[in-house]
Amino acid sequence: MDDAQFVINDPQALDFRVHRAAMVEPAVLAREMRRIFDVCWIYAGHESEVREPGDFVTRTLCGRPVILCRDSAGALRVFLNVCRHRGAVVCRERQGNAKGYHCFYHGWSYDRDGRLDGVPGQSSYPASFDRAQLGLASPPHVDSYRGFVFVSFDPQAQPLHGYLAGAKEYLDLVVDQSPTGEMEIVRGTQEYAIRANWKLLVENSFDDYHLMSTHKTWLDYMKSSGVQIPKPPKGHVMPAHGVGKALGNGHAVIDNENFRGRPVAKWIPVYGEDAKPEIERIRAEVFARLGEERGRRVCDTNRNLVIFPNLVVNDGSSVTIRTFHPTAPDRMEVTAWALGPKGESPQARAVRLDSFLTFYGPGGFATPDDVEALESVQQGMQAWREIPWSVMTRGIDKQGEQLNTDELHLREFWIHWDRYMQGAGP
Amino acid sequence: MTRAEAEDFLYHEAALLDAWQLDEWLALLTEDARYLVPSNDAPEGDPASTLYTIADDIHRIRGRVTRLKDPNAHVEFPHSRTRRMISNVRVIEAGGDVQVEANFVVHRFRRNEQVSQFVGRYRYTLRNVAGKTRIARREAILDAQELGSLGAVSFIL
Repeated sequence: MDDAQFVINDPQALDFRVHRAAMVEPAVLAREMRRIFDVCWIYAGHESEVREPGDFVTRTLCGRPVILCRDSAGALRVFLNVCRHRGAVVCRERQGNAKGYHCFYHGWSYDRDGRLDGVPGQSSYPASFDRAQLGLASPPHVDSYRGFVFVSFDPQAQPLHGYLAGAKEYLDLVVDQSPTGEMEIVRGTQEYAIRANWKLLVENSFDDYHLMSTHKTWLDYMKSSGVQIPKPPKGHVMPAHGVGKALGNGHAVIDNENFRGRPVAKWIPVYGEDAKPEIERIRAEVFARLGEERGRRVCDTNRNLVIFPNLVVNDGSSVTIRTFHPTAPDRMEVTAWALGPKGESPQARAVRLDSFLTFYGPGGFATPDDVEALESVQQGMQAWREIPWSVMTRGIDKQGEQLNTDELHLREFWIHWDRYMQGAGP
Repeated sequence: MTRAEAEDFLYHEAALLDAWQLDEWLALLTEDARYLVPSNDAPEGDPASTLYTIADDIHRIRGRVTRLKDPNAHVEFPHSRTRRMISNVRVIEAGGDVQVEANFVVHRFRRNEQVSQFVGRYRYTLRNVAGKTRIARREAILDAQELGSLGAVSFIL
C-alpha cells in the first residue's frame, strides 16, 4: 500500500489515470478515514435544522455519533453523542427538543450546554473527580458558512473559510436565491445506501458526460411534458453550454446554462400554467435585488458543486444537499435533503419539491439510474487486477475553458485525494 | 364496499404489478390519481411542504410507467421480480370514496442475490367510476426508519 500509486497525472503525456484498487481495497479505506475524513472539514448539517434552544438532530459523521443542537443561549453546538463515563450514546432519538441529554446506562446526565449535571452516587468517586472536566465533548473545530455547518476532527485544521476557497462563491449563488438571505432544510430526509465506493458518487455528482446516456428516460419525460431540449451542437453531448472549474483545495463545480427549469426562477411547462405567475414574480424579485447580471447567474445557471471530500450541493432542477460516508470499500450511506429559501410561498415550495422529485432521490426518474451505474461500476472494479486503470483524460489537451462533459473537475478531486492520501494536505 | 371486495381488488392490483402489466395497472387509476411514498422520517406529511420519496400526480404516474417499460430505465432493466403479500385489509370508510388500509410485504429480487423486503402499510382512496372500482389515491408508507439498504423505490411499490 505504501508504494502503491493510485493516480497517474502526467499533463505532458496527456495522461491521467486512476487505479481501480482505490475503489476496492480495505487498506485504502482505512487510510482515507485517517488522512481524509479525520482531517478535512466535514459537512455536519444546516443551521435551519435546529432553531430554538434545546433543538437537536443526531447523525453519524465519519463513523462518530454526533448531536447538532442549540444550547441554552440558542448558540449552535456540535457534541459527540457519547457519555464521558463508559461511552454509551446519550441521545438515541433522531430529532427533537431536549432539556438535556441523559445516558440511561448508569444515569449520567448533561444539560443543553453539555455540562455534566447529574452523577448518581457521586460520593463514591475520589476527591479528584471533577464534573467540570467531564462535559460532552465537541469536535476540535465547528464552524459554519452561510448556514452550512462543518466540523473538523483535526486539531490542526485550517480555518473553514480558507478551506472552502472558491466553493464559497458557489454557496453564495445558492443562498442568493433567498430574499431574506437565509435558506432552510425542508422536512423529510432521503437516507439510502449504495453498494459502491464513495468516490464514485463524487465523480457521478458532477459528471455531465453521463447525462444523455444514463438519464435518457428522464430527458424523454421532460420532452413529453413540453420542455424544449435543444439538440447538442456538433461534437457536444449536452443540450446547453456548461463548464467545469476547479475551485481550490479539491473542490470543483460544473456551471451550466439552464435548459431544465429552476424553481428560482425559470418556468418550464412541467411546473404547470398555474405556477407561472409565481415563478415570474420570484424571478423579478431576484433581478430587482441582485441586478441583471447576477440575477441571470442565479436564475439561469445550474451548478453541481463538490466540496471535498463528501459534500455535494446540486443547484439544478431544485436544490439538493447530499452527503455520504463510506461504511465499507463497496458501500456508502447517503443522506439527501431539499433546501429552499426561508419564507418561500407555499406555491413556490410545492413547485420546488415537485421539481426535486422528478429528477432527484430514490424515487426520482434519474437518481436510481445513477445508483445502478455506480453499482455496475463497482462490480466491474472487481477485475482491477486485469484492468487496473480508469481513463480520465477528457479535455486534458485543451487550453482554457473545459466543458462540463470534460473531466477537469474529476481530475481536480483525484489530484487532491492523492495529496491527502500521501499525507501532504490539500 | 365489503372487506372481501376490497381484498379482491387489492389482490388483483398486486397481481398486475407483480406481472409488470403496467398498462393494465394504469387503467385501474382515476384521471386525477396520486401515488405517494413519504420519506421514511416523515410518514405523515403533505408533499406540497414535505420532501417525499415519490409524490406523483397522474401525469408523472403515466411518465413513470412509460419509463419503467423502457429498457433505458437502467435500475429496472432487467426488471426486478417482485412478490407482494397483502394482509390486515380494513375498510375504514365505506361511504362515498372508500378508504382502505392494508399491510404489505413486497419482496424484490435481482440477480446476484440482491434480495430486499419492503414492509409497510397502504392507504387507498377507492372510487366508483361508472360502476367500476378505481384508485384515486394510493400511498405506501414504509416502516423502515430509513431506506438504507433498500436503496431505491424504483418499481411501483
